[in-house]
Amino acid sequence: MVDMLSIDEQINKVWHILQTIHDPEIPVISIIDLGIVRKVELIPSTNTIQIGITPTYSGCPAIDAIKFQIRLSMLENNIYNFSIEQILSPAWTTNWITEKGKQQMLAYGIAPPVNQNNFENNVLVENIACPQCTSTNTILVSQFGSTACKALYKCNNCLEPFDYFKCH
Amino acid sequence: MQNSDLLLLSSVETQKLLVLADTSLIMAQRLSEWCGHAPILEQDIAISNIALDYLGQARNWYQLIAKTLNKREGTNTHTEDTLAYLRDVTDFKNLLLVELPNNNWAYTIARIFFISNYQHHFYTQLLTHTNSNIAAIAEKSIKELNYHVQWSGDWMIRLGDGTNESKQKMVEAVNNWWSYTGEFFEEKLHAMFGTNATILEQQWMAKTKAIFEEATLHIPENKWMQTGGIEGKHTEHLGFILAEMQFLQKTYPNATW
Repeated sequence: MVDMLSIDEQINKVWHILQTIHDPEIPVISIIDLGIVRKVELIPSTNTIQIGITPTYSGCPAIDAIKFQIRLSMLENNIYNFSIEQILSPAWTTNWITEKGKQQMLAYGIAPPVNQNNFENNVLVENIACPQCTSTNTILVSQFGSTACKALYKCNNCLEPFDYFKCH
Repeated sequence: MQNSDLLLLSSVETQKLLVLADTSLIMAQRLSEWCGHAPILEQDIAISNIALDYLGQARNWYQLIAKTLNKREGTNTHTEDTLAYLRDVTDFKNLLLVELPNNNWAYTIARIFFISNYQHHFYTQLLTHTNSNIAAIAEKSIKELNYHVQWSGDWMIRLGDGTNESKQKMVEAVNNWWSYTGEFFEEKLHAMFGTNATILEQQWMAKTKAIFEEATLHIPENKWMQTGGIEGKHTEHLGFILAEMQFLQKTYPNATW
């Protein structure tokens, strides 16, 4: 790390850099707004910044691309003493997606997760608002969409298919 | 990864984790065979996503096993890849059900339903396992299994309570798979994990009965059960899967993309 910066400044700098890294599957949303960055902290014994991230799904192929991008961005910003730790517990939940992240998702054409409380009953909700025309006259086509984290819906009003980000 | 916990795993415990890792990997491999071949595009995507979930879960288990072995032996020779690609048939400890051929869509659906319903309840018991790494992987997997149970359960109902042909195929699938479900609850498996096989079987059966009722299916009367997978005694089918899956690494050792 650059020695001139205090510990807080170093950690802030890392958070700031992470804010610029996006999920390759949803390139409008930062990994912080997606809720997968769990911690940034200094390990005093090694003077290393440890970045804790968690995958959305166990098999999510984006996680390797994201780790690579974090590594690249840190080096570009002259941060060399850092490590990336993968955290599995507590398991990632869509509750950790920020309001800003949900709005960005919606603007990108993906319906953000709703009715989180229903998740325990394992029910995929009907009447998800269409991100194109806002109609709630929509129907579930498949529980699995273009990626494991999304379900495929169709709007009966504008007839467009759309992805819904599943509660998790 | 909690390093402090790694040394708490004995070699017996490491072996038992192979049951979970290998079951998930072979399940993923079998489901992947549907990629590009499922009845309609949406279901092709669905089954590929489920395969990916299983592959991810297998990777988590293998990474934990590899770290444990490396720590115990003071080496760094074990990786998720050496475990997946360089072991032979008798080293694999997967449940027999996952290695059998896909057959038709009904067989594939019934297998996903039986396995995901089982793992969902099994992993729920593992949430309180004394080893935090095991509990963490279980916690992560359960969220994915929720969707697998729901998806395959819906298809059980759709085929079982569908046309004469779909019903006949589903009945045949259930009858043929049934003798492979006894292995799920073997005492020696659950003694290794400290999980309660009796409760697990009750929970699994309750969910199976609920879906079967809606699907107008009957629980087979057959009580004789197959056994052997968790001890490395497999059907002839596993060798063929491994031959295809491991071909590249065995022919061109250490080849990478």
